[in-house]
Amino acid sequence: MSFLPYAVAAWLFVVGLWGVVASRHMVRTVLCLTVIQSATYVLLLAVGYRSGAQAPVVADIPPVTPLVDPVMQVLVLTDIVIEATVTAVLLALVIQAHKRFGSVDPSDLRPLRD
Amino acid sequence: MRPTGTPVTRRARLTLFALAGPGLAAVLVIGLRGLPAFGDYHAVYGLVVTGVALSMRHATDLVTAVNFDLRAFDTLGEEYILFASVLGVTLLLRVMREEDEEYSVARHDMYGSSDAVRMLALLLVPLMVALGIYLVIHGQLTPGGGFQGGIVLAAAPAAIMLAGRYVEVKALAPTWAVEATEAIGAAGYALLGLGGLVFASVYLRNFLPAGNAGQLLSAGFMPLNSIAVGLEVMGAFLVAWTAFLDQALLIRRRRRGNQ
Amino acid sequence: MTVVQIIALAAVAVGGGAVALVRDPLRLTLLLGIYGMTLVFLFFSFQAPDVALSEIVVGSIGLPVIVLATLRKLADQERAHETDRDAGD
Repeated sequence: MSFLPYAVAAWLFVVGLWGVVASRHMVRTVLCLTVIQSATYVLLLAVGYRSGAQAPVVADIPPVTPLVDPVMQVLVLTDIVIEATVTAVLLALVIQAHKRFGSVDPSDLRPLRD
Repeated sequence: MRPTGTPVTRRARLTLFALAGPGLAAVLVIGLRGLPAFGDYHAVYGLVVTGVALSMRHATDLVTAVNFDLRAFDTLGEEYILFASVLGVTLLLRVMREEDEEYSVARHDMYGSSDAVRMLALLLVPLMVALGIYLVIHGQLTPGGGFQGGIVLAAAPAAIMLAGRYVEVKALAPTWAVEATEAIGAAGYALLGLGGLVFASVYLRNFLPAGNAGQLLSAGFMPLNSIAVGLEVMGAFLVAWTAFLDQALLIRRRRRGNQ
Repeated sequence: MTVVQIIALAAVAVGGGAVALVRDPLRLTLLLGIYGMTLVFLFFSFQAPDVALSEIVVGSIGLPVIVLATLRKLADQERAHETDRDAGD
């Protein structure tokens, strides 16, 4: 049972990858990438967790309580905001690809040559 | 430039995944089995930070303390990732040669939305501004900080679009103001690091006095860092959103011949 | 492992599977918002309030505005392409 968070992270990664591979609409490809990224969040937070510990905010708890690792949370926090902007870049590429190729199907994308 | 070459069919992709997917899953599970059990914490760095951050920096929110002070250099890098990707978005969605922007007012009215949505959005705008400023300034005391508060601040002009028309959002948050905000935030963070270099001889070292834990003006330059990141994230998201909404609502391909 | 964490992990696993299965992009946007909420529940149960706050804000404001604007633009372009094809361009 203590392997469950890691198993969920691996499951999310593989399922998200399947969604990317098997999609017929480019927007679905980009949004399934979000699922793959959330697998890494679950993994990082599971690594940093400590049994019976509290959240790393020490405003009103006695200073000897054990705390969860804050460094892992820092990594995940900025990662979430960056995920939004990377998805924005990919969706901008989807709009331009639709202008060029006239279709949202990833199977219709081909290299452009002069 | 014309499309040439053979495309990759969906069947080829699925075949490749059927071969490689189970192998990937097996390798992931075998690799993750080597980690210590969930809840069994062995690393050293976290223990050092939790022991030191309150006494050295008088900050009560340890995640913001690590983000804006103890590992401030990483946040500088991540802030510039945000900046660069928003630059990419504006470059990709610029007005091309065969397009132009139409400003017909009828297209931008949220004609499908009811009065309830408009009133609720109007009521939410000042609440979002207040919540955003609170989250940004209280970053070192409670969960929050520049990243979260910046996005909430950026949502306030976007809610005006729900309450009325898109052109009013463009009038309230014009492109030059939003880009200036983003640039000021990004440059401000780097310049605060220079302050650390000048006054404490290490780039991005906390050079302001630490104050009392729990007060607003404590923990050195963390509130200033938080404000700089908040401005930058707000500017970045507003630039990206207006680029997308311009494409969706304003920019049309010029009709060849008849119009 | 508390019961809350087990329930949250199960919800996240089901949500991730659902996101990978849905085809229509508009429904996918809504489902992605719900998946973000299950992730928030998971982050709170892992004692990570800053991360949960970040995911709330990005998942309900940051991403859906961009995705919905993209879908609207693609629909408009699809209509423009069709009228071009009908006009025999």
